[in-house]
Amino acid sequence: MWSGFPLFPEQASTHAGRVDALYFFLIALTAFFSLLIGFMVIGFAIRYRRRSPDDRPPAIYGSLALELTWTIIPLGIVAVIFFWSADVYLSLNRVPKDAIEVHVVGKRWMWKVQHITGQREINELHVPVGVPVKLTLTSEDVIHSFFIPAFRVKKDALPARYTTAWFQATKPGRYHLFCAEYCGTRHSNMIGSIVVMEPAAFQAWLAGGGPGVSLASAGEKLFQDLACVTCHKADSGARGPALDGLFGRPVALADGGTVTADETYIRESIVAPSAKVVAGYQPIMPTFQGLVSEEQLLQLVAYVRSLKAKAPAAGAPPAPPVAAAPGARP
Amino acid sequence: MATHAAHAEHAHAPQAFIWKYVFSKDHKVIGIQYYVTAMLMALVAGLLAMLIRVQLAWPEKDYTWLGKIFPMGYDVGGGFGVMRPEFYAMLFTMHGTIMVFFVLSTAPVSGFGNLLIPLQVGARDMAFPFLNGLSYWTFLPGCLVILASFFVESGAAAGGWTSYPPLSALKGAVPGSGTGQTMWIIGMVFFIASFTMGGLNFVTTILNLRTKGLSMFRLPLTMWAMFLVAILGLLAFPALVAACIMLVFDRHYGTSFFIPAQIALNNVPLLTQAGTPLHQGGSPLLWQHLFWFLGHPEVYILMLPALGFTSDILSTFSRRPIFGYKSMVLAMCGIGFLSFIVWGHHMFVSGMSPYLGMAFAVGTILIAVPSAVKVFNWLATLYRSRIRFTTPMLWAMGVISLFISGGLSGVWLAQAGPDIHLHDTMFVAAHFHLIMAGAALFGVFGATAYWFPKMFGRLMSEPLGKVHFWFTFITYYGTFFPMHYIGIAGHMRRIYDPYQYEFLKPLQPINELITMSALILGASQIIFFVNFFWSAFKGKKAGENPWEANGLEWTTQSPPPHGNWPGEIPEVHRWPYEYSNPDAPRDHVMQHEPAGAAAGH
Repeated sequence: MWSGFPLFPEQASTHAGRVDALYFFLIALTAFFSLLIGFMVIGFAIRYRRRSPDDRPPAIYGSLALELTWTIIPLGIVAVIFFWSADVYLSLNRVPKDAIEVHVVGKRWMWKVQHITGQREINELHVPVGVPVKLTLTSEDVIHSFFIPAFRVKKDALPARYTTAWFQATKPGRYHLFCAEYCGTRHSNMIGSIVVMEPAAFQAWLAGGGPGVSLASAGEKLFQDLACVTCHKADSGARGPALDGLFGRPVALADGGTVTADETYIRESIVAPSAKVVAGYQPIMPTFQGLVSEEQLLQLVAYVRSLKAKAPAAGAPPAPPVAAAPGARP
Repeated sequence: MATHAAHAEHAHAPQAFIWKYVFSKDHKVIGIQYYVTAMLMALVAGLLAMLIRVQLAWPEKDYTWLGKIFPMGYDVGGGFGVMRPEFYAMLFTMHGTIMVFFVLSTAPVSGFGNLLIPLQVGARDMAFPFLNGLSYWTFLPGCLVILASFFVESGAAAGGWTSYPPLSALKGAVPGSGTGQTMWIIGMVFFIASFTMGGLNFVTTILNLRTKGLSMFRLPLTMWAMFLVAILGLLAFPALVAACIMLVFDRHYGTSFFIPAQIALNNVPLLTQAGTPLHQGGSPLLWQHLFWFLGHPEVYILMLPALGFTSDILSTFSRRPIFGYKSMVLAMCGIGFLSFIVWGHHMFVSGMSPYLGMAFAVGTILIAVPSAVKVFNWLATLYRSRIRFTTPMLWAMGVISLFISGGLSGVWLAQAGPDIHLHDTMFVAAHFHLIMAGAALFGVFGATAYWFPKMFGRLMSEPLGKVHFWFTFITYYGTFFPMHYIGIAGHMRRIYDPYQYEFLKPLQPINELITMSALILGASQIIFFVNFFWSAFKGKKAGENPWEANGLEWTTQSPPPHGNWPGEIPEVHRWPYEYSNPDAPRDHVMQHEPAGAAAGH
């Protein structure tokens, strides 16, 4: 596949084509101006070299019309580039509603992947072709960056924060996955691959490991095991706020502010509960820092997301009850 | 009478060697001290670059011989020498740090700024000579601390020149994150303190000590560049000092400015002995904002002096008034202003809101407009001129070339759409080496050849200078132009061994070509050092005005005496670009010549 020099990197996502079209435009534009100015410099250098010591050129101090010309024309060109690029950029930030979700944790020096249905992988990510895939990225330690050149997608994985990216693969195959942000001594060994499969093969791969638990169900079990449930109950005048239907809603805080209950907020409330206390509650929750791993945090977040308003906490999680591999590769 | 008074006041130059040449308060001596120190630092940083390039081209070769020179850098067990990855990280970290701050901010700004400001504005010295001397003697310890950090047990800093936390904040993150990183911070604080003292002097001198008749719009463009650079430095560097101090607190005193809760290092959660979190609530992105709030103006601190030198040199040797002087000034002011509102373009992939990202993208791409104005004005200056191809003129045309080739790739990186794929790849390395490093370096070489008479009273050798230019010009492009291509192909920066990646293996021949070019580029600089030291002692004596230029610095002896003018400071009657005026007897009318000498502008 990579015999000899590739003229351009492989395109294997819907986004790659959009980026490359812009690249070709920029290459043409860059080449045009480089050559234009290059020829002018060389031409002037030859034509206007000094031939005799007394030669005196005309004194020209400036020309408003000319200067306006070469202010306004570049302004127009950069406006075109800006709007075109903004379109490409926004499309990369608009995650399709029907995207399947994958959670990724970077750590030195590997990528740990959890599918919403519970399968886990390390340094590999299996996805179906033709289906949008949304990545939720975080890191256990330093900053990493999830980079798939063939998809033209790159996003930092930051500690204590969730970032998102998405792609839709267009060709089955195996593609390189790298860490693009320098993360320490063995940064260049942080290599993985994306395996893009036909949908049927992907379903078979999902079913391959035997029955398992979905991310939200795993989170629910943790919720019981860590005794979160003793305080976060829907019914009583509980010590902790109820979590049903919480996700995505604005939350009033004790200090008068409000925050939207997104993934990052829920994660922070588990590891640093005193950072943002909900109005009407005492800051009595202990921290779970060090007690739960980043993967378990993602499971808890998935569980909280799955809690619908006014439904009992034991309600069915939204994830499809597909049999999953329990013994994920370690 | 006034002549005598002025003369007497400045006749008392210190005579003892130590006060005249070491702890001097004379701006020319300080400028040369800065310049020479920066060039020696460039040798160190250049050597680091050579080691980086050798590793990227042939990581599989036996480096036992290099292991003998750098025992800390290579594993030589079993008779086969391999570079250690932590040594590679140290190389690119220290190459970037030294080049950006201790070479390319120092040589053009602190070096030529100090040398030229009093000479071009017509002052006896800088406004605060003692502060000026102090600034150099604050800079030098910074250099020494940075150099010493190579010799501490775990090696110099290895968190990248940007020193992103948590890598730089957690002492165990990489070997260099221990003592090496501490010394990096100390070195940077020394540097910034010295740069701030210099900046205060620059602004004060240019505003207050201009000679009679020298209005702001009669200043050479080099002076405008120095003025803007000093303002940029004074406004931007405090952000990095603040960040450095916060980093010290995070590293040593348990604060959490940059370190969030629930962070682990090497699989161990960071907890106190009681089991409570060691850190809580910090954000590593805060550092990125603070660093790039400095970092982006910083690249214009490197660039603007080179643009100023280029304008002055171009006008002198094409024997033409600079085309569109006022729009050149406005363009530089515009670039300086925009540089403060674009720092987020370094963080497009960090997960910032896309609307914020687009605001940064607008500001960034607007920089293309004043930059285009500058390029076309330079071209218009050359049009129908009479060019003298001296060494400084070649370097100035080299700056134009790099400003275009590096600037156009900036248009790619300015926008998040194309940048996301290119971010952290060799394309970025290609871009900034051409524009920021290359243009600044070529500007310094041009300025060295041009103002050498005002440093040492002699001219540099023209043949050696031209050979040096052509070798440097060709190999500079040979080194950095192919990096665009391997960057688009997905070759990342800061990777110790590219060929662990299956799809980068076909790119090895290109990396080999780049390295060979870089080695020739490095070796070519020997010509410069030979030329510099030979010419300083044995070069052809230069008269007052060897280039037939117009600025005030050309109205005094070469080198100028203590106090700059033996007699009274000349009065100014026009701008410094009065070349080829048809009504004048000569093809150039100097700034101090009385109005009768020509129809003034």
